[in-house]
Amino acid sequence: MSLAAPTSKIALRISLSRDDLLMRVGLVALVGVLLLIVALPLWALLAKGFEDRDGHYVGLANYISYFSTPALFNSALNSFHVAAVCTAIVVPAAFMYAYALTRTVLPGKWLFQGISLIPIFAPSLLPGLALVYLFGNQGFFKGLIGGSIYGFDGIVIAQVFYCFPHATMIMVTALATADARLYEAADALGASKIRVFFTVTLPGAKYGLISAALVVFTLVITDFGIAKVIGGNFNVLATDVYKQVIGQQNFSMGAVVGMVLLAPAALAFLVDRLVQRKQVALLTARAVPLIPKPKFGRDLFFTAFCTLVSAGILAILGMAAWGSLIKYWPYNLSLTLANYEFANFDANGWESYFNSLRMAAGTAIVGTALMFVGAWLNEKTRGFGVIRGIVQLLAFLPMAVPGIVLGLGYIFFFNAPNNPLNFLYATMAILVINTVAHFYTVGHLTATTALKQIDPEFESVSASLKVPIWKTFGRVTAPICLPAILDIAIYLFVNAMTTVSSVIFLYAPDTKLASVAAVNIEEAGTTAAAAALCLVIVVTSAAVKALHLLADRFLLGRLQAWRRR
Amino acid sequence: MTSSSYLEVRDLSKRFGDFTALGSVSLDVTEGEFVCFLGPSGCGKTTLLRAIAGLDPQTSGTIRQKGRDVSGLPPAQRDFGIVFQSYALFPNLTVADNVGYGLVSRRQARGAIAKRVEELLAMVGLPDSGPKYPAQLSGGQQQRVALARALATSPGLLLLDEPLSALDARVRLRLRHEIKALQRRLGVTTIMVTHDQEEALTMADRIVVMNHGAIEQVGSPQEIYRRPATAFVADFVGSMNFLAGTLETPERVKIGGLVFACPMQDGLALGTKVRLSIRPEDVRVRDLPADVANRVPVEVAELDFVGAFCRAALKVRTDGDVALVADFSSNLIRDLGVDIGSHLDVALPPDRVRVYAA
Repeated sequence: MSLAAPTSKIALRISLSRDDLLMRVGLVALVGVLLLIVALPLWALLAKGFEDRDGHYVGLANYISYFSTPALFNSALNSFHVAAVCTAIVVPAAFMYAYALTRTVLPGKWLFQGISLIPIFAPSLLPGLALVYLFGNQGFFKGLIGGSIYGFDGIVIAQVFYCFPHATMIMVTALATADARLYEAADALGASKIRVFFTVTLPGAKYGLISAALVVFTLVITDFGIAKVIGGNFNVLATDVYKQVIGQQNFSMGAVVGMVLLAPAALAFLVDRLVQRKQVALLTARAVPLIPKPKFGRDLFFTAFCTLVSAGILAILGMAAWGSLIKYWPYNLSLTLANYEFANFDANGWESYFNSLRMAAGTAIVGTALMFVGAWLNEKTRGFGVIRGIVQLLAFLPMAVPGIVLGLGYIFFFNAPNNPLNFLYATMAILVINTVAHFYTVGHLTATTALKQIDPEFESVSASLKVPIWKTFGRVTAPICLPAILDIAIYLFVNAMTTVSSVIFLYAPDTKLASVAAVNIEEAGTTAAAAALCLVIVVTSAAVKALHLLADRFLLGRLQAWRRR
Repeated sequence: MTSSSYLEVRDLSKRFGDFTALGSVSLDVTEGEFVCFLGPSGCGKTTLLRAIAGLDPQTSGTIRQKGRDVSGLPPAQRDFGIVFQSYALFPNLTVADNVGYGLVSRRQARGAIAKRVEELLAMVGLPDSGPKYPAQLSGGQQQRVALARALATSPGLLLLDEPLSALDARVRLRLRHEIKALQRRLGVTTIMVTHDQEEALTMADRIVVMNHGAIEQVGSPQEIYRRPATAFVADFVGSMNFLAGTLETPERVKIGGLVFACPMQDGLALGTKVRLSIRPEDVRVRDLPADVANRVPVEVAELDFVGAFCRAALKVRTDGDVALVADFSSNLIRDLGVDIGSHLDVALPPDRVRVYAA
């Protein structure tokens, strides 16, 4: 032993394998891409807020003028007011609906669950259009509501419809994971039902409730379509951005409003992350799942509640559908398909729909590949901690950025004459890039979660067997994660079909999307055709989702026989 | 002597921030040897194994394998096969594809690969499981597949990271023997990490007992069990009585009012606080000669039936504070009519007694 060479104090040089090098290069490239499609556009937006119309630096002048213009500042207050009211309505309703789905014996549960998801497949202006039909100046039930539907009330009703599925999904997840033993213990201790609810059920759903509230608040404050259609003279931040940029061509002021809009969204996002970090797994591996037992009074009450909510959702969708089929509202109620001859209302006609399909397909393909490979690189690269941290940060950033803010940033960044990438401006590519960036976070998270669930030693085994890591990615990792990959693709497709906010600044005449065309048609005063276009979008995205469910059930079962025992 | 060793670990350290997971560990492993890293969780045994594999490189120190310095090499450029507690079998590939995973990338002919896979599966006792998927196999079978996969490329070094910990007690016993037999047959140098002392004692040629990121003792199973170098090893491996006392002469320890003879102690100063240790099965009861050393009169305070024997808690009658645990065979209990409250004389044979600084 005494002959051992004196080697100890020499610093160790770790040499990298080809895999390590490849992955590090990939990760650096990913940082580059995310900087280009997320961070730099936001930076351009931030900078723009400090310039005057001619591009001279003016310090805080724009911000000062913003906060001293009551009309503008008022919109911020309006936004907060609407968001707060919607949150107060949606979260309890979603909680009850989710409670009904998870904790009671509900006849036709799958149907209620399906109906609650419908609004996700619609562009946000659809509920606005339906409300115009029902309560607008020539609405069926105009007499029922004393004043005008345009404004605060209209926005709130439409937002409740639009946000409901998002909150419900979060609450279902929070309530689905319950340990039956806790309830048995509470029962055995003789706790009353009310006490059990407040000491077991509610604390278990606490994080879900907070998360749902923040999501609803952010959705409402950042949504553009609803306020556009039914806001009337009631101004909110998102419509202000649009008016400043499209209406007055005042880009600097648009940027300022965008930053003001970014603040609450980013804050809500930060709070959510902090809260979620505190959450520990309530459900241990040994938990006994809770299976609700029939109880007549409770089940009757919740069936009635769910029926009422579902009826509301279907009524809004049905109204839009019916309105789209009517000749001349409200004077000639005979049915027609004329409103689907989009060429009569918009120069692009059906072409905008095909643009949407192309854009959604492109986003699904490019986005899924980027998000999954990116998440894989970030999870599996050895060492390189700083860069991985940066990727994580950049991947989370889009979640905190309202679409309309990102879209505005894209104008400033990609339209700048000195940007070598400005050839992308006004192409289909920029719409795809923007949509990928806008929805990056959820895809990245889905991929990361799926990757974390597979054995971390797969790569160690591959290395010991001298198999390159990318080969293991292709033969093992990606096939195992196929369901998650499909989830990401469908999520991107549906969102690309329905999104309005970020792409509204970026389309060119020949790349106009269906959702944007619907906004334009509505602006021109043809509600029926706008509703028709929205309906085409709903049917398309719902059909794609249905195909996904079928594929999940039948195709994956066959392709992935190894999942069966 | 180091020139003959297959694996040389020198001054290996691993730090995570302020925490030292491994503090300057040195170790030699001879070719063909079966070595076990044994220790409680968090002792650094897995850290050491992963450093040897290159999966989590050390902070400093060197590793030479077959004379080649592999200290900074990535895992793919080292020569080892590895088996994990979780099996880490690819769930979407058949058993045959799993076993052949490392062979395919070596560009061997398809027929040759299939033949080798068949051979390997027969070797681990699963000749007909090739077309099955891992989920269709039991835990023990999956671990055999993982073993076959690790051995497929005929690595010079086989690393086993708690390979049996996830299995049932019965399967574990059987696999212990199978792995050991296979290792002996193939003669592959093997390092296994385990926290199960019985596993280490039955399987290893040599055991490396670790604690707090350092090696406590390296030795054959008999050495580790019979002559534990430290109180930690004595306590961790097997059961041990510890009696606190002081060293009176180099061969006598005073415990309360009693004085015990012990092997010659050169390393400890007289008057040092020490712990005298003896294993429960070494406490003698039968046929004590009249002049036997370390005779103690005791009373049986408790008697726990363990199956093949009884574990007795004994109180020394002349000094109630001194207590001992001893294993009594069923025969002995029957023959001497031992029961709770019985009075006996026991002896602690000096050659079985060990002394550690307290």
